[in-house]
Amino acid sequence: MEPVLDIRNLNVDYGLGDKAVHAVRDVSLTLHRGEVLGLAGESGSGKSTLAYGLTRLLAPPGVITGGEVIYHPPDDEPYDVLGLSDRALRQFRWAETAIVFQGAMNSLNPVHKVSTQLTDVLKAHEPRMSDHARKARAREMLKLVGISPDRMDAYPHQLSGGMRQRVMIGMALILRPRVVIMDEPTTALDVVMQRQILGQLIELRERLGFSVIFITHDLSLLVEFSNRIAIMYGGRIVEEAPAATIYRDALHPYSKGLLSSFPALRGARRELAGIPGSPPDLAGMPAGCSFHPRCPRAFEPCAGEIPVLGRPDTPDGAGRSVACWLSHPHPGAR
Amino acid sequence: MKYFLQRMGFYLFTAWAAITLNFFIPRLVPGDPVQSLIAKYQGQLSTKSIASLYVLFGLDKHQSLWTQYVDYWKQIFHGDLGLSFTFFPAPVSQVIGQALPWTVLLVGITTIISFTLGTGLGVLAGWRRGSWADGLLPVTTFFSSVPYFWLGILAIYLLAGPDSFFPSSGGFDSELVPAWDQYFIPSAIQHSLLPALTILISSVSGWILSMRNMMVTVSSEDYITVAHAKGLPERRVALSYAARNALLPSVSGFALALGFIVGGTLLVEIVFSYPGLGFTLLQAVGAKDYPLMQGIFLIITIAVLVANLLADVAYLLLDPRTRKEG
Amino acid sequence: MKSFLRNGKATAGLAILGVYLLFAIIGPWIAPYDPSARGNDLVKGPSAAHWLGTTHLGQDVLSQLLVGTRSVVYVGFLAAIIATVLSVLVGVAAGYLGGKTDDTLSVFTNVVLVIPAVPLMIIITSTLNDVSDTLIAVIIGLTCWSWNARVLRAQTLSLRRRDFVEAARASGERTWRIIGFELLPNLTAVIASGFVGTVIFAVLSEITLAFIGVVNNGWNWGTILFWAQGQQALGQDAWWWFVPAGLAIAVLGMALALINFGIDEFVSPRLRSAGKTKLRTARGRTVRMRIGFTPVLGGAPPPAKEPALAGEAK
Repeated sequence: MEPVLDIRNLNVDYGLGDKAVHAVRDVSLTLHRGEVLGLAGESGSGKSTLAYGLTRLLAPPGVITGGEVIYHPPDDEPYDVLGLSDRALRQFRWAETAIVFQGAMNSLNPVHKVSTQLTDVLKAHEPRMSDHARKARAREMLKLVGISPDRMDAYPHQLSGGMRQRVMIGMALILRPRVVIMDEPTTALDVVMQRQILGQLIELRERLGFSVIFITHDLSLLVEFSNRIAIMYGGRIVEEAPAATIYRDALHPYSKGLLSSFPALRGARRELAGIPGSPPDLAGMPAGCSFHPRCPRAFEPCAGEIPVLGRPDTPDGAGRSVACWLSHPHPGAR
Repeated sequence: MKYFLQRMGFYLFTAWAAITLNFFIPRLVPGDPVQSLIAKYQGQLSTKSIASLYVLFGLDKHQSLWTQYVDYWKQIFHGDLGLSFTFFPAPVSQVIGQALPWTVLLVGITTIISFTLGTGLGVLAGWRRGSWADGLLPVTTFFSSVPYFWLGILAIYLLAGPDSFFPSSGGFDSELVPAWDQYFIPSAIQHSLLPALTILISSVSGWILSMRNMMVTVSSEDYITVAHAKGLPERRVALSYAARNALLPSVSGFALALGFIVGGTLLVEIVFSYPGLGFTLLQAVGAKDYPLMQGIFLIITIAVLVANLLADVAYLLLDPRTRKEG
Repeated sequence: MKSFLRNGKATAGLAILGVYLLFAIIGPWIAPYDPSARGNDLVKGPSAAHWLGTTHLGQDVLSQLLVGTRSVVYVGFLAAIIATVLSVLVGVAAGYLGGKTDDTLSVFTNVVLVIPAVPLMIIITSTLNDVSDTLIAVIIGLTCWSWNARVLRAQTLSLRRRDFVEAARASGERTWRIIGFELLPNLTAVIASGFVGTVIFAVLSEITLAFIGVVNNGWNWGTILFWAQGQQALGQDAWWWFVPAGLAIAVLGMALALINFGIDEFVSPRLRSAGKTKLRTARGRTVRMRIGFTPVLGGAPPPAKEPALAGEAK
């Protein structure tokens, strides 16, 4: 499979110097062409920070302290997005990677019409396009996401939550980007609407051929809609595997806990257990594996050394990786 | 439209409250103020103005409070605010009519310039945090704590004088007669420059600060991040997304703050002996000319209400959420 | 509280305010002369005998300034206390009780807010002859509570929807207990900043009233300016007569404004003037923290070749 986006050893801090909080630590992840990559974790796990860090959208005091984000254009040499000049980065944004944000309520500018907000992207990225053509494209995008084009002149407050989120999706696709990042795109909506919109998006992906990074804390949605899933905890990826594999046989105790926190709509029934304790305080991370204080199966190496993300010691270990001493030969056994 | 009618209703109610307040204030005075005024003016008051004074202070014992109140309203609807005794025999409405244009032009124009300029600088300071614009803040703080009139005194001391371009007092050259001609208008503008500058310097800082804070608050809204993610030019994000939204609370704040601002600006007129309402008010206070004082208070209140209404209309045009449409 | 005091602006403001409070107490005792006593040096500049010069009657300006501090501080604080109590009563009641009560109180608040305060104070004080400092404070307090009431109402409204208040309501706690124990502690910062703002406004109002001569008993800084203006201090180049009083007001106002910045930044840290915003990258370049473009510190050296897409933007 062809990679589109290659994240290598990305580190993101909030704040500077000694007081810095390490929100994303040493994350490496590859997004392939046409796939839906799910990113799961509790709030504070660093999943949104990772997504916004990719295109340098984190607000102060966010700082990217290291790593690369390599983008592979269809017919050119790959380059590091973090190394682009501001101007080049502005050109890159939305044209290559678009984002559908958390909370559709506040993603649209309340004082401008939907049409203005759709066409200003075109104005910025395709300045030679005529006014008429821009309007036509905006109308076409609304139709694509199932909104009647006569809502072009509506203001955001005149649309329902579901419609606003559809407008956002239409806006994300307007430049035909190769990567769409969706950050909790449907949390504000009811369950039926959630599935309807996600289903529509997956269908669009098959038609238009973009890749998706899908971020949510709702693992059951991920299992249903994504090809591969990466699970984050305390700023690190703790497990990564094909969606079906994770659902069937998660290796990391945290993934298992996360899976049992939500009832799945389809498939076998499972017991709801949840995870005791609360997500770690990023400012005072425990030594060793950051999950060990909450882990039901923690044992002697866990508090001492950080497990490295790697291929597990199991027969079906190919194509998946996990960061847990249960699945690796631990230092005590060496 | 409903929003607009609601606001209209509110302003009418406020006008009623101010007029009623105006009716009752003279009635709070203990004893017989009219006798002391007659004594003060030593027979210079006409019988007509003495009679109107008795009505004003509610000392006319033959009438019930209610009849007095109704009469007061009748007078107001006829534009009759009583007789001024500093400018005797001119009626109060005439004295105010002469002073009002000066104040409206000076205070009105400077306030609008100040708001526009302050908002613009506030946008810069809020958007480019940590740049030179943050250096504006301490200066701003200093000027917003200085009384307007003291700054006026300093301005006269430092800038005006016999040889200076800036005249130190008056609204126009004393040799001229007010008229719309090529001699009077430049002279009036020349006389208004220093007072205008004083008002501008002391009021602009408040707008800078409030707009800066609004910009900072708005900058962390999701739609700003979306605008950046869309790769829009910095200018468009700053103006059309951030400033455009930050302006809304600023405009409604402008309307509400007017009542406070006007007080300060009237004092500047006093320092510069500028022939507007503030200076007239000073003369009225000095002479205990109650009818004139009350008339001025009423007119200032109504002017502020009108300005408020205009700010509301601006808000209505700026915020689509207050517009009701199909 | 501790972290509030660590805020440089707030500490500086409090320190200056402390000095003023001290002078308000000891001012009349340490004043070298009786502020009203006439002398033989008329309109003389600063000298060893009169550090801040004299007035047209030979009165000592420094003494007037020192004695006047008490009146200014007294009126400022008393008026602010009255206004704060009123604004808390009206604002919290409107925000918490809602419904008709809210509508009535809101309209009332807005009416008081829109009516120009200073002209109103001028006509009230000049109608009532012979007003004491306490009465002035009461008048100022009664006319300037509305702004804070508005702010408090909005704040109460948003607090009311929070879980802990909802929970207290659901468990049937008495209204006054909820307001006293759940709401007010959370409104402390807003009330404090409103109080400080009102002190500034009250001080400016008292000085204004004294300056235009509607109150003229005892000394305050406005009285000094009244005489300076009336006796042509400007024409006589007597800067020592009007500059110190104005500076005293400005510095007091600035101290109070600094305290308020401290409170604001304490409440919403985002407003803090961005502090350290310049960063040095691994490559030695300096970048600035700003919204929309997260600074990149480490990472690989820049790509040897700018991609085609970026090339067109060059």
